[in-house]
This record gives sequence, C-alpha cells and structure tokens, in this order.
Amino acid sequence: MSANVAAAAKAAPSSDGTPAISVKDLRKCFGDHEVLKGISLEAHKGDVISILGSSGSGKSTMLRCINLLETPDSGEVRVDGELIKMRRGRDGHQVPADIRQVERIRANLAMVFQSFNLWSHMTVLENLVAAPTHVLKRPRAECLEQAEALLKRVGIWERRNYYPPHMSGGQQQRAAIARALAMNPKVMLFDEPTSALDPELVGEVLRVMRSLAEEGRTMLVVTHEMGFARDVSSKVMFLHKGEVDSVGEPKEMFARPPTPQFKQFIANFNK
Amino acid sequence: MEFLSDLKDQVSTAYELLAAGWGVQLLWGIAWTLAVTVVSMLIGAILGSLVAAAKFSHRGGLRFIGESYTTVFRGEPELLIIYLFYYGGTQVLTGVARSTGSISSTDILNMPSFLGGVLAVGIISGAYQAEVFRGSFLAIHRGELEAARAYGMSAWLRFRLVVMPQVLRLAVPGLGNVWQLTIKDSALISVTGVAELMLTANKAARSTHHSLLFYTLAGILYLVMTSISTPIFDKAERYTSRSFTRPK
Repeated sequence: MSANVAAAAKAAPSSDGTPAISVKDLRKCFGDHEVLKGISLEAHKGDVISILGSSGSGKSTMLRCINLLETPDSGEVRVDGELIKMRRGRDGHQVPADIRQVERIRANLAMVFQSFNLWSHMTVLENLVAAPTHVLKRPRAECLEQAEALLKRVGIWERRNYYPPHMSGGQQQRAAIARALAMNPKVMLFDEPTSALDPELVGEVLRVMRSLAEEGRTMLVVTHEMGFARDVSSKVMFLHKGEVDSVGEPKEMFARPPTPQFKQFIANFNK
Repeated sequence: MEFLSDLKDQVSTAYELLAAGWGVQLLWGIAWTLAVTVVSMLIGAILGSLVAAAKFSHRGGLRFIGESYTTVFRGEPELLIIYLFYYGGTQVLTGVARSTGSISSTDILNMPSFLGGVLAVGIISGAYQAEVFRGSFLAIHRGELEAARAYGMSAWLRFRLVVMPQVLRLAVPGLGNVWQLTIKDSALISVTGVAELMLTANKAARSTHHSLLFYTLAGILYLVMTSISTPIFDKAERYTSRSFTRPK
C-alpha cells in the first residue's frame, strides 16, 4: 500500500494518459442505507461527463466523495494519479489520513453547487479572490485582475460589487462558476447547477457551462438537463440505485438506451 | 404654590450637593461602571466563544464542560457568583500565599476588588454570550461552510474568512442585549468595593440622607447609559448586515 502511495505521489501529469480523476469501487452508506455500491469512473483531460440518475441514485454523493465532502466507506479516489490517502478512524470508518493533502487536492477540484453557496458577507469580487489569495496564496492584484476578466466572461462584471443576496439565482450561479474558474482548477465538479434555478434562468447558466466544455475543460456534471447531457458532454454515465447502470457516448446512449432502466429514465423526462 | 417652592428648594439642595463634590464622584462612578462593563464584556467574549466552540466539539468531555458552564452561570444568582469570586478568591489567594510563605499566617491577601468583580461579571456575561455565538453559528448557511471546505480552506481559514465575520454579523443584536445585562450586573460588584455608579450613589445617599435624590439620579444615569447603547448597536447591526439589505 505505502509503495503505491509513493508511486502515486510521483505520478506524472495527465498528459501521458493518467486520468484527471479516477474513482475505483466507491462505497458509501448513510446508516443502514447503502447509497453507493461500488462505483468506478475515469475522467481524462478534456472529458465532460454528465452523471444522470433519478433522485436517490447516489449521483451527488458520488461527486461529493471525490472532493471528500463526504468520506467514502471504501474505495479509492485519484486526482491526476495522486491517491487520496485514507486511514481507519477510531470508530472503524475511513477518514482522510492527511487533511493537508485533501485541502490541496480540493483546491484543484473547484465545485459548483446547486444552491450556489456564495459567501453572502462578501461581494462578488471578494468571493472570487478569497480562495485564490488565501488558499493558493497568489498575489491579490493578479487575482483581482483575473476575477474581473472572469466576471466579464460570465456576463456579470457590472455586478462585481454586489452582495450575492442582491442578485438573481442565475447571476449567483454564474458568479459561482466564475469563483470556480478563479482557482484554475484541473477538474470542475458541478452538483446539479441548474436545479435550484427558475426555468427562465437555466439557459444563461447552461450557456456558460457549454462554453467551458468547448474550451476543453474537464468537467463532471451531475445534472437533470438532458439537452446538456446529450449535446455537450463527451460521455454520459447513468447511475441507478447506487450502481453504474450504463456508460457511453451521449448520442448513442440517447438514440439506443442500453438498459431498460435508462430507457425508462429518459422516457420519464420526455413526458 | 407651596408645592412649587418645595420643589425649588429640592432642586437647589440637589445642585448644592452635586456642586459640593458628589457630582464629580458620580461622574467617576459612571466611568468605573463603563470600565467594569467593557472589561467584563471582553472577558465574556473570549470565554463565550471558547464555550460556544466547546459545545460544537466532537469530544463529549468538551461538550459537557460547555453545557455545564452555561447551565451553572446562567442558573445561579449573579450576586452569589460575585461573592464566590471575591470572598472565595480572597480565601484561595490567602491560603496559597500563606503556604508559600509570602505572607505571615495571620495576614490576609485580598482579592483585588476590580479584578474579582470583572472576573465574576465577565464569567456571567460569557455564559450569555456563548449562547448568542452558538445561535449565530447555527444560523450560518451550511452551504457556505461547505463551499469553504470544497475550495481547500483549512479549518483556521474557514473560521477567519467565513465563520467569524458571519457570527459577528448575526451576533450583534444578541450582544446588544448582553451589553445591557452586563451594565446592570456591574452594579452588583459594588459589594466588592469598586467605586462604580451604584456604590457612589449608595455612599452619597447614606452620608447626605438624600436617598430619594441620589438613587433617582443613579437610576436616570443607568437609563441614559443603556439607552445610548441601543442606537449604537442598531448602527452596528445595519453595518454588519449590509450585504442583506438592499443597496440604496
């Protein structure tokens, strides 16, 4: 095991084919309920993977296990080849062995949340520079410059001095995406980014996400947006009752659903 | 008519008494009351945040200490705690000093009255502040704390950048209440001999036999102190919650 860890720590960057994210046999229970029953996943640089599934299928939990917001009961997570080290806690459950490693890896995996989770006591601009200056320790002036450019890109530069509670959901989510981009992350994790939005605001967020996909960002997207999954992502993964039911190329998956469960799932959406 | 001339007499007596030196003494009393309150609030803020943190600890022992602290110091009469710290403190100090030979076996080492007083009032204030901080922490949107974790912030960074500013914002109204309680509790430490407003009014009343005058005056001065603090806390609240009120 320790030899593995050392090898993983020395792993070369992803250009040689090392997956940006590699998840193996992930398991997680909440009490008696087994939410993840051995999930595996690989994402290479530039992949945009849409993770679909009905509610309770474990898709959000899986995403949250990747950046250790939830601690998996077993299985391994590698980011750019580096294994997140775990150990047995006193109660027998797994806990991160090295919280510094987890914090360092999290800074490479920027997450966008369903309920935005912008820091409400900071202006939009402050939200964008907080983690880059304090976590990545980059110079503030440089972070501010980048933040303004990102806000222009997502179209809310004129709102840069607003506090999040004063903005619409769509604007908040675009600010949150800009906050994620400000980390220059290796992989972006989207946890149902449009589910809390009013229908007329979904489009503006999806447009930003589509442009990120087009510039080759590596993205894992838990979503209910079938259009995004089919047209934008490079791979679709369908979870059913805590297991990977099917994985495949989106056009193929939607044209010829490989399993009855997935067929049923998209049929429910088309109703 | 007789009533009016009587009142006139009263006012001129009051004026004479205040000019004779009691006025200055009362002003000093106010200064000491404010000093006791401010120092007690600060002691209370430190203890209160530690106790609130203990209540959220994963360790059962720390949680128990936190719970016991707020239960005991909110549940006991303030005066009892002040006696306990002042007289009990004197007994402990004397015992220690005697056993180390710093004083002879018949001497007494008194608890310094200001120190004993502010410790007692600060500890009580801390119990109330702990509850204010605890409530404020619970009111922080969980998702914001989660975002701080997800962006790689260490526990200290999360506390400094996300928890503390929001706890302070949410705590301002509650702290305004505790400030008023603490001003009133400061009157109780007159029993330890700190010449704050209550003790000064008491002295004046007894030595001049004008109880009605001096207690009324002291009452008005306490009311002035507590009511001046209300708009100050309101202003602080408006400032700290500016991100939640519409921009003008």
